[in-house]
Amino acid sequence: MLFVRERFIVVETETKLPVNVGLFVTCLADLMRPQVAFAAVALLERAGCRVRVPRQQSCCGQPALNSGDRASTIDIARNVIQSFDPDDYVVVPSGSCADTLINKYPALFRHDMQWAGRAQNLSDKTWELTSFLTEKLKFSLDDVSYSGVCTYHDSCSGLRELGIQKQPRTLLSSVKGLTLSEMEDSNVCCGFGGLFSVKYPDISGRIVSDKCGQIVQTDADTVLGGDLGCLLNIAGRLRREGKNIKVFHIAEVLAGMANGPAIGEAERES
Amino acid sequence: MSASVASQPVVFQERARKALDDISLQRALTKARGGFVDHRRDAVDALPEFDAIRDAARDIKDHVLANLDGYLELYEQKVIERGGQVHWARDADEACRIVARICTDAGARTVTKGKSMVSEEMNLNPALEAAGMTVVETDLGEYIVQLAGEAPSHIIAPAVHKTREQITDLFHKHHSPLGYTDRVTQREALVNEARSVLRERFVTADVGITGANFLVAETGANVIVTNEGNGDLTSCLPRVHIVTAGIERVIPSLDDLSVLLRVLGRSATGQEFSAYTSLYSGPRRHDDTEGPEAYHVVLLDNGRSRLLGGQYQPMLRCIRCGACLNHCPVYGVIGGHAYGWVYSGPMGAVLTPLLNGFDQSLDLPNACTLNGRCKEVCPVRIPLSDLLLKHRLEQHDRRLTSVSGRFLLSAWAWLARRPRLYQGIMALPLWLLHRFGKRRGVLSRLPGVGGWTDSRDLPVPARRSFLRQWHARKARP
Repeated sequence: MLFVRERFIVVETETKLPVNVGLFVTCLADLMRPQVAFAAVALLERAGCRVRVPRQQSCCGQPALNSGDRASTIDIARNVIQSFDPDDYVVVPSGSCADTLINKYPALFRHDMQWAGRAQNLSDKTWELTSFLTEKLKFSLDDVSYSGVCTYHDSCSGLRELGIQKQPRTLLSSVKGLTLSEMEDSNVCCGFGGLFSVKYPDISGRIVSDKCGQIVQTDADTVLGGDLGCLLNIAGRLRREGKNIKVFHIAEVLAGMANGPAIGEAERES
Repeated sequence: MSASVASQPVVFQERARKALDDISLQRALTKARGGFVDHRRDAVDALPEFDAIRDAARDIKDHVLANLDGYLELYEQKVIERGGQVHWARDADEACRIVARICTDAGARTVTKGKSMVSEEMNLNPALEAAGMTVVETDLGEYIVQLAGEAPSHIIAPAVHKTREQITDLFHKHHSPLGYTDRVTQREALVNEARSVLRERFVTADVGITGANFLVAETGANVIVTNEGNGDLTSCLPRVHIVTAGIERVIPSLDDLSVLLRVLGRSATGQEFSAYTSLYSGPRRHDDTEGPEAYHVVLLDNGRSRLLGGQYQPMLRCIRCGACLNHCPVYGVIGGHAYGWVYSGPMGAVLTPLLNGFDQSLDLPNACTLNGRCKEVCPVRIPLSDLLLKHRLEQHDRRLTSVSGRFLLSAWAWLARRPRLYQGIMALPLWLLHRFGKRRGVLSRLPGVGGWTDSRDLPVPARRSFLRQWHARKARP
């Protein structure tokens, strides 16, 4: 009895230790919107994590994989697997890139004796940001506010491959001053699709224009989402249409960092 | 269908652009999209065990594909026992020759057709017309596209790309000489006029050709589901009934049929059951008062057997419900004709290169955002978007992709796995783009990103990448 009791205490102390998290920045957040990564770090630290950002990272390899270039993807994947070896968890502020690490890497190395285990290990410890905060850390926000009516776009890979739909909404529900006004077909693709939007710009442009039509119908003043690719696409189209609707990554709002220029907005003169 | 395909641009991108610029098409597509999706969702929501039935449907089809030869032979045996004949066609040409010969032998002058995508795949109508026969499509949608000289643009709703105004014009033009001089514009009146014109054809036809949704091996029956009853009139009234079907249509038993029918109607139109579900098993028996004198089944391979045992085998599970088309964002804005062949949307993008050759239709597997909605709604759980990705891998491995694309990709990949160098090299373009765009926050024109900026702005990147900012901060004492 005593033995069990002691073990229980030990376990409880262990959970109080900081969780070691490696941040996979994603290439789009790195180059296009660093604030998303700063916000992810801030949120993770607030939730009690010790965050490490390996310098040895660039992209998850999706552009290569989705173009059919298996060999290049494997090379990039090996790099990612190695870089995040020391971390207990890997957190990604994108459903699409998280899906690549979680589901696509193990499939790529399925027949590789040497790497299959390592790919699976990375897969097992990788989480999309909102899902990590709500499901793994049971983190609840306090003292964050954003005044506005927001609408949330469910990005496809996160939604269908990782089941991310409730998690961001749970987090948003505790942001003070924020009301959520759902758009119709929030689960329908925005037409980004990575290189698809470059290879088939006409088709992609029409799909995003339909998406923006549905956004406008909600009377929301802000669009939120968990994938920067989709958000750049949506923000680009809203700007082209001259619509005065802000676009932020959900991490920026949750971290209380959505008070500066939104995606595609001009920097304010200082 | 040959006429309309010939009049379409050869290049996918141009067909897509033409479709995007076609205002009537866009109106028709917008109208159809919501209906199909809502109806399916309501039907699925009303059946809590839908997912379990989907699993069962998938397992039935997988079992058949693993034992296809045995079930096909059993099916043939049953058809023969009931007085019918089975013909095996290796490819479309052979199938057309077989059908044309049966029609010629029967002295046919008029041939009616119920909806059959396989006959579209065979390009049967021109073959029969060349043999001197008049071919009349009797499915309302097929009839409309036949009058318009076009191909079907959807596997279950062939004329979904047409607006009611266009149909009014078509009917007025083609039916006026038959005495229907009033210009009818209402839905019901249009249907009645077509019905009245088609009735005449049904009773004068010598041969009726239908497709098959399923071929039941244990009884030798072929099953078609329709909402118009045209299938029954096509198969029962003429002297000869010909069934055209792909070899993967066979299923073991009537029990299996009941499982598959439960997912088919719901996935296709949101109906629990189609208005007509008809089983035909052979010619008129000696005590039957009606029915065809002769019954033929033409089984088409046309590349299907090549897929058995390979990574694309799951595609042969397809029951042609059209749900993947209805839920595809790309199909939703370009419609079916842009895909260039009889099968469109996600199932077409997977199947067309498999049946017509990998070097054909290179665009189809790439013109997809990999959003996975098709995979999510498929009643037999075909991993459509995963199969499209397999196509891309195969295109790359076979070096069918462009040299410049491959070069850019491998140069980028080379850089991407050298993160330090990557960060250093990206710094300059980043700084430049930021400098040019920061005043507005977006760039409205940027050469080198395809036509991205034709229809939307490009948000301006950061002045310095996150990784450089972060590690510069860390380096500071």
